[in-house]
Amino acid sequence: MGLFILRRLGIMILTALCLTFIVFFMTNLYPNLEKLAKTQGNFRMSDAEVASYLGRNGYLDPLPVKYGQWLGVLPGWTVKVDDGMRGRCVEGTVAPEALAAAPRFCGILQGDWGFSTVFKDEVSGIIATRLGLTGKLMFWVMVLMVPSALLVGVLAGMREGSRTDRALSTFAITTTATPEYVSGVILIAVFASSAVGLKWFNGTATSAMEDATFNNFFLPVLTIALYGMGYIARMTRASMAEVMTAQYIRTARLKGVKFSDIVMKHALRNALIAPFTVIMLQFPWLLNGVVIVETLFNYKGFGWVLVQAAGNNDIELLLGVSVVSVIVVLVTQLISDVGYVYLNPRISVT
Amino acid sequence: MDPLGWGEIITRILTQFTPVWIALVVTFALSLTYKRRLGLYGKLFDSVIGMTGFALVMFWVYTGIFGGAFGWIVTHDTLSQISGLKNKVPGTPVPDAAAQGLYPYYLMGGDNLARDVFSRMVVGAWEVMKIAPFATLFAFMVGITLGLPAGYYGGKLDTFLSFLANLILAFPVILLFYLLVTPEIVLTGIPVYMAGVLFLFPIIFLTILFNSRFFTQPSKRNLYVALTLVIGVWVYLGIAWDADPLGLISFPPNLLVVFVAVVFVNSPTVFRIVRGLAMDIKTRDYVAAAQTRGEGPWYIMLWEILPNARGPLIVDFCLRIGYTTILLGTLGFFGLGLSPESPDWGSTINEGRKLLSIYLHPALPPAMALLSLVLGLNLLADGLREESLRD
Repeated sequence: MGLFILRRLGIMILTALCLTFIVFFMTNLYPNLEKLAKTQGNFRMSDAEVASYLGRNGYLDPLPVKYGQWLGVLPGWTVKVDDGMRGRCVEGTVAPEALAAAPRFCGILQGDWGFSTVFKDEVSGIIATRLGLTGKLMFWVMVLMVPSALLVGVLAGMREGSRTDRALSTFAITTTATPEYVSGVILIAVFASSAVGLKWFNGTATSAMEDATFNNFFLPVLTIALYGMGYIARMTRASMAEVMTAQYIRTARLKGVKFSDIVMKHALRNALIAPFTVIMLQFPWLLNGVVIVETLFNYKGFGWVLVQAAGNNDIELLLGVSVVSVIVVLVTQLISDVGYVYLNPRISVT
Repeated sequence: MDPLGWGEIITRILTQFTPVWIALVVTFALSLTYKRRLGLYGKLFDSVIGMTGFALVMFWVYTGIFGGAFGWIVTHDTLSQISGLKNKVPGTPVPDAAAQGLYPYYLMGGDNLARDVFSRMVVGAWEVMKIAPFATLFAFMVGITLGLPAGYYGGKLDTFLSFLANLILAFPVILLFYLLVTPEIVLTGIPVYMAGVLFLFPIIFLTILFNSRFFTQPSKRNLYVALTLVIGVWVYLGIAWDADPLGLISFPPNLLVVFVAVVFVNSPTVFRIVRGLAMDIKTRDYVAAAQTRGEGPWYIMLWEILPNARGPLIVDFCLRIGYTTILLGTLGFFGLGLSPESPDWGSTINEGRKLLSIYLHPALPPAMALLSLVLGLNLLADGLREESLRD
């Protein structure tokens, strides 16, 4: 088991390196850098001015070197300009002594995530606060989604083919067929617009960033939860239906055990192994949902930052965002794999 | 003129869809009559769920074809703005309609640029039909061409390809879209190179398919392979590189980017499914029999394993078209790739949502349309799964 986790960790780190390199490559393509130079300087820069701006800011090094510097395994760049020295690890133009005093390595590994050009702030700070806000959203999504999905799945799979099963399965299929931008629009239209007039909830969740109430937070949470719920419910249903046909369940029924006891004590434990991994693997999808819902409800969390960074060519922020999201995805995959092996004794890792 | 009441609006919309109803009735009558002779497709008509799904899907397919390609169902031009109809409610009469020969009403109201919501929704179906099935088909070709050898041979090849697939799968989809579909990246030509690689797979797939089947009949083989290569390379040059020597085939560049992004996101999942199926099926007796007969590995993969994996693949194909539709909507929702005036559902929802608290009618029709199409595909897949498991 230890070796298995170790090997998975190794693959995970390799994957993370590859992915961040791809993002780094894509964001550091010359047209992107040129746009950056023009937004930072002015839009009428000539090509030579753009090149000199990029040179002064260390953008013209070869890509692998830049990637190493950004990661923090190669010493940061230094450039000599007319009135002093500039470097990755110092701010602006400084005297050579100040540059010598600054640390040589400054990248992600040293905790230096760079500076956001859109928010004019440290990337690490922005990501930390926004991740906190999204964490709040995700927590409530999980609280709503997981129990209701499991309940729907177990109730449907407990008596396969019954009327309850048909009704709940149709509900589950409908929710998987409704992407967040559709269900969000419908929910806002029904519950928040003045045209229908119910106005039970708020159509935006901006105020929920400070102080989340049922009123302003329920719709975004429900929108994300609905889409993920159907899939988990269908998985649970399939797994539950399979368990209910197992020999030991029949034995229990023939012994005269009450149906509710069979479901609660015998079937449920085995039926929940598969949904566990599915719930974990839902995280990457939920990340998608978070981006859509945060845009739709104007909730300024992690997904909103991703859109801002990508839309405004904020290279360092986008890199930071992608590092975090890639790590989230990979860690949940690892937990799902390890958890599956741990929960299901029939699977061997060797 | 007075605005229409709700009853009249619904009647008029239903009348507008007349060609679709006729086509649907014909399809169903023919299929129900001959269902015993139609294999899996015929069996679909034994299950209510499958039929419901099929009806929903075909409704949008016919709407797309008749409305988008033939221009029958639409009541107004999708881009023309009529002053005075900005954000007007459904059923509002068009001023001076008779004089200009226009349809006298905006059946589902006007959007915030005073365009007809109904016509845009109908043409939006065509936008989906143009991309989603083909993108899914391409993703399947890529996934099958790579997944079969990975599952059949295993070993280093499998490890490498699976690593690549997992790499793409670990990428948050929206981030990938933002990285691929922004104008700066398009400028560097990366999407075109990706198209150059991805669009090769259908040609490779078909060439190997015919080559392995007719290897022992060289005359037939040469004919089929030559046809595939000539047509394939011609279409390939036209679509991927916009370099058709005859100048007949070309592909709008922004659509190409969207197409590539969607194929790229979908193919690793298909790869994983095909790989799993191949690993399972290669242990069967008929594969061993083929190996003993001395059949080549590609013959076994494409003509022994693939046909026996068709059930799950057909089901996944339906589901994946739905997922692709959702992805296209997501792209439109974030305003990526497609032009802002494009009537596709995602862009229309995105525009409509800004005024959602006051005006519902611009955003709701495309939202319901997308919902019903994807729901139909899901139900269809469910029906197919049930029927294919029955025997």
